[in-house]
Amino acid sequence: MATKGKPPKPEELSKISYTPPSKGWMDTPVEFKPGMYCHGTRAKYLEAVGMPFPRDWSASEADWKLPDNWKEIVLQGIKERLQKFRTFHVFMDICVRCGACADKCHFFLGGGDPKNMPVLRAELLRSVYRKYFTTSGKILGKAAGARELTEDVLKELWYYYFQCTECRRCSLFCPYGIDQAEITIIGRELLNLLGLNIDWIMGPVANSYRTGNHLGLEPHTIKANIDFMIDDIETITGIKVDTTYNRKGAEILFIGPSGDLFGVPGNYVTMGELMLFHEIGLDYTWSTMACEGGNFGFFTSMEVAKKLYYKIYSEAKRLGVKWILGGECGHQWRLMNQFADTWWGPPDFLEEPVSPITGTKFENAKGSKIVHITEFTADLIKHGKLKFDKSRNDHLKITFHDSCNTARAMGIFEEPRYIINSVCNHFYEMPESTIREKTFCCGSGSGLNAGENIELRMRGGFPRANAVKYVRDTFGVNMLANICAIDRAALPTLMDYWNPGMDVCGVHELVGNALVMKGEIERTLDLRTEPLPGKGGTE
Amino acid sequence: MGILFSFAVVVAIVLLVFAGVSGAGLNYLFAVIIPYIALLIFIVGMVYRVVNWGRSAVPFKVPTTGGQQTSLPWIAANKLDNPSTSYGVIGRMLLEVLLFRSLFRNTKAELHSGSRLIYGSEKLLWLAALAFHYCFLVILIRHLRFFVVPVPAPIEFLEFMDSFFQVGAPLVYITNFLIIIALLYLLYRRIGMPQIKYISLPSDYFPLFLILAIAISGILMRYFDKVDVVGVKQIAMGLVSFRPTIPDGIGVIFYIHFALVCTLFAYFPFSKLVHMGGVFLSPTRNLANNNRMIRHVNPWDYPIKSRSYEDYENEFRDKMKKAGIPVEKE
Ligand code: HEM
Ligand code: SF4
Ligand code: SF4
Repeated sequence: MATKGKPPKPEELSKISYTPPSKGWMDTPVEFKPGMYCHGTRAKYLEAVGMPFPRDWSASEADWKLPDNWKEIVLQGIKERLQKFRTFHVFMDICVRCGACADKCHFFLGGGDPKNMPVLRAELLRSVYRKYFTTSGKILGKAAGARELTEDVLKELWYYYFQCTECRRCSLFCPYGIDQAEITIIGRELLNLLGLNIDWIMGPVANSYRTGNHLGLEPHTIKANIDFMIDDIETITGIKVDTTYNRKGAEILFIGPSGDLFGVPGNYVTMGELMLFHEIGLDYTWSTMACEGGNFGFFTSMEVAKKLYYKIYSEAKRLGVKWILGGECGHQWRLMNQFADTWWGPPDFLEEPVSPITGTKFENAKGSKIVHITEFTADLIKHGKLKFDKSRNDHLKITFHDSCNTARAMGIFEEPRYIINSVCNHFYEMPESTIREKTFCCGSGSGLNAGENIELRMRGGFPRANAVKYVRDTFGVNMLANICAIDRAALPTLMDYWNPGMDVCGVHELVGNALVMKGEIERTLDLRTEPLPGKGGTE
Repeated sequence: MGILFSFAVVVAIVLLVFAGVSGAGLNYLFAVIIPYIALLIFIVGMVYRVVNWGRSAVPFKVPTTGGQQTSLPWIAANKLDNPSTSYGVIGRMLLEVLLFRSLFRNTKAELHSGSRLIYGSEKLLWLAALAFHYCFLVILIRHLRFFVVPVPAPIEFLEFMDSFFQVGAPLVYITNFLIIIALLYLLYRRIGMPQIKYISLPSDYFPLFLILAIAISGILMRYFDKVDVVGVKQIAMGLVSFRPTIPDGIGVIFYIHFALVCTLFAYFPFSKLVHMGGVFLSPTRNLANNNRMIRHVNPWDYPIKSRSYEDYENEFRDKMKKAGIPVEKE
C-alpha cells in the first residue's frame, strides 16, 4: 500500500544539531519534508466507521479539501474538549516553558527540529488556544504567545501531531506532569473532526471494526495461522499442542496483539504462549473476534477507541469465561490498564482473576479482570511450576526494551526482567537513562509505523538504537527483547538501519525456547526452527 | 524582542510610579487603591482559574507511571513514583510540590562525536528553581510581620534562621541574595541557552524581570536607600484594618517596590504563574495507578454503537463453519 521511501544513510542522518535557528518558531512556516509524514487517509476507511468528511486528499497538495466551516469546527472542538478533559485544560494553562521536556523527545533527539520539542509541540496548539480562549491572548495577541488559526497552522498541527508517538516521556520529566501524549490525542481528535487522519491508522481501524483485528485477518485465517505455528511446535518439540477458538465455558480468554498471529518475529511469541499454555494445561480459548488487544482507534479519537474495544468484554461475556489474559503488546496495555474498564466496565459477569495453577489471586486486576501475561508467567515461575533449560538461550545475549506504554502508563518493569533472567543466562541492561520509566520509544508507535515516513521513524528510533548499539559494542548483545507487537514490527527495520545484525524477539519466545515440556524430544531447533548451537544441531 | 519588551514594561512601571508619587503626589492611588484592586484581582482570578479547571471533567485515570507497578506480592512496588493508593498519591504530590521531584530527574542530552547520545545529569535547573521558590516563600512569610502586631514568634524565628542566627539590626537575610542569584540563573537560561531562548515568550521574561525588580528594590530599601519602617508598617496595618492611612516621608522607593508587587499579584491569574494552582490538579500526577483494581467512571460517557458479534458472525459464518470454529447460529 504505502510507497517505501528511502532514508538517507545512517552517517548522514546522525548529523544532528540541537541548536535552533535564529528565526522564531511562529515566523517559520511548516515545511512538509518527504519521508517525514504519512499519507492522508482514504475516504473508504473513514466511511467504514462513520467518521466525518470522508474524501481522498493528499497532504503534499495545497488544497486539503477542507469543509468551509473548518475553523469553526476546530474551535468548537477545542471548546468542548477543554470541558471534557481536565488534562487538556490544565496543560493548556500551566506550562512555564522551563524546557525540562525539550531534549526528552526521541523525535527531537533524532532530528533536531525544534518543533519536536514537546514544549513547542504543545505551543503549536496552545498558541491557538490563547488566541481564542484567554483574555491575555485576545488582547495582546503575539506578545502573549497567541496566534490566529489559519490553514497553515492547521497543516503544521497535522505535521507535528503525526510526529509524536504519544510515548509520554516528556510527561515524566515535566514538573507538572504535562503530558504531550494527552495533548496529541486531543489534537488528533480535532484533526479527525475534519477527516484528517493518516492512512496507516485509518486502515487498521477499518479492519479492526470489521474483523476484530488491524490486519484484517478473518476467523479462518487466524486459525490457519495458528495451525501453522502448531505444526512448527511439533517439529521442534515433538509435541502436538492443542488450542480452541470461541469455546464457551473456557476459564480464560486470551487476547494478544494480532501482530503476533502474522509474521515474524511476533509469531514466535504466540508459539511460546501456545507451548506454555499446553504445558500447564491451561483452560483457555481464543476469540476470533476479540483477537486484537491493540487499538488504532486510540490514535484517532476516544470515541473510535472505545468503539473498537467493545469486543473485549462482550466476547468475554458471550463465551462465559472467568477472566481475561492479555498478551505481549504495548498500547494494548495502555488501554487494558487505564481505559478498558472505564469504557465498557464494570465487568461484573467475570470473576476476580486467580491463577488456576498457583492459586495466586491477581489483586491488582480484581476490578478489570485483565491480567498481563508477564504477571501470569512470572507468578508461575516464582512458584516453581515451570522447568527451564536456560542453556537453550545461551547463544543469545539479551537486552530488554521497555515499551513506552507498558513503562509509563503501567509500570511493568520487574515481571518481564524476572522472566528473562529465569530463562536466559546472558542479560544486559541498556544505560539507565534509556530504560524503565525513562525508556525511549521505538520511533514508530501510535500508528506511525508506515513506509512513506521511514526517515521520521529512523530518526525517532535513533535514541533507542543508540542505546542498543552501546550494549552491542560493550557486551556483545545480539537480541533485543520486548513485550510489544509494534516493537516487533518496528524494531527489526530500525536495527537493520542503525545496528545491522541485531535481532528482535518477544519475551515468550525466550520462554518457549527454554521451557522443558513433558514428553518433548531432545531440542535441536529453536522456535525459529533454526539449529540450536551446541544442542546437536549444526552450529 | 521578547526580552527587551518585557524589560521595558518593568522599567515603564517603575518610571510611572516614580513620576506618579514624586511628581503628581499620587501616593494614595499607589499605596491604597491599586493594592486593593490588585489583591482583588488576584483572589478572584485565582479562584476563578482553579474552579474553572475543577469544572473540567476527568474522564480517564491516566497517571504517568514513574516506577514499578503494584502487582505480585513479591515484587517491590515503587509506591511514590507509581502510587496505587491515595496515600501514595499524597506522597507523590508532596514530593512534586515541595521538592520538584520530576524536575529532579532532569538530564541533558548530548551527541558525542556525532554518534553517541549521552544523558548527563542536569540538576542546576532543579536547584535554581527550588532556591527561587523557597526564597520567595520565606520572603513572603517574613513580610507578614508588617501586617500583624505583635510579630508572631514563628516569623521571628524564621527571620532569625534566615539571617544566619545574626542578632542586631539590620539583619542581612540569606534569601534576599539567594533569590537574586537564582533569578539571574533562570534568566541566563532564557537568554544564554539557545533551546530555552527559542521556546521563551515575552510572558516568560516578564515575571523574571518583575520579581527581580521587586527583589532589587526591596534590597535597596533595606540596606541602602532606607525607608521609614514604622511608616510602612502603618500603611500595612491601615490596609488590613480597612482604615488606610498614609504617613508622610516614606521614600518613593517603597512605592515602587509596592507597586511592582501589586503588578505581580494582578498579573498572576492571567499568566503562567497559575501553575501554582494547576500543579495540584494535574491528572497525570494526582491519580493512582489502580485502574485495574478500582473502576474509574467517565462522567460524560455516552452510549456508542459498535459492531455486534451477531454482525460479525453473519459476515463470517460460512468461513467459520468450514474452519471448524464454533458459531452461535448454524
Ligand atoms: C505550589 C507552588 C509552586 C510550585 C510547586 C511551583 C513549581 C515550579 C516549578 C517546578 C517551576 C519550573 C522550574 C523553573 O522554571 O524555574 C516553576 C517555575 C516558575 N515559578 Fe513556580 N511554583 C509554585 C509557586 C510559584 C509562585 C507563588 C510564584 C510566584 C512568583 C512562582 C513563580 C515561578 C516562576 C516565575 C517560574 C519560571 C522561572 C523561569 O522562568 O525559569 N511559582 N515553578
Ligand atoms: S517540562 Fe513541562 S512546564 Fe517545562 S516546558 Fe515542558 S511542558 Fe512546559
Ligand atoms: S509524547 Fe513522546 S513523542 Fe510525543 S512529544 Fe512527548 S516525548 Fe515526544
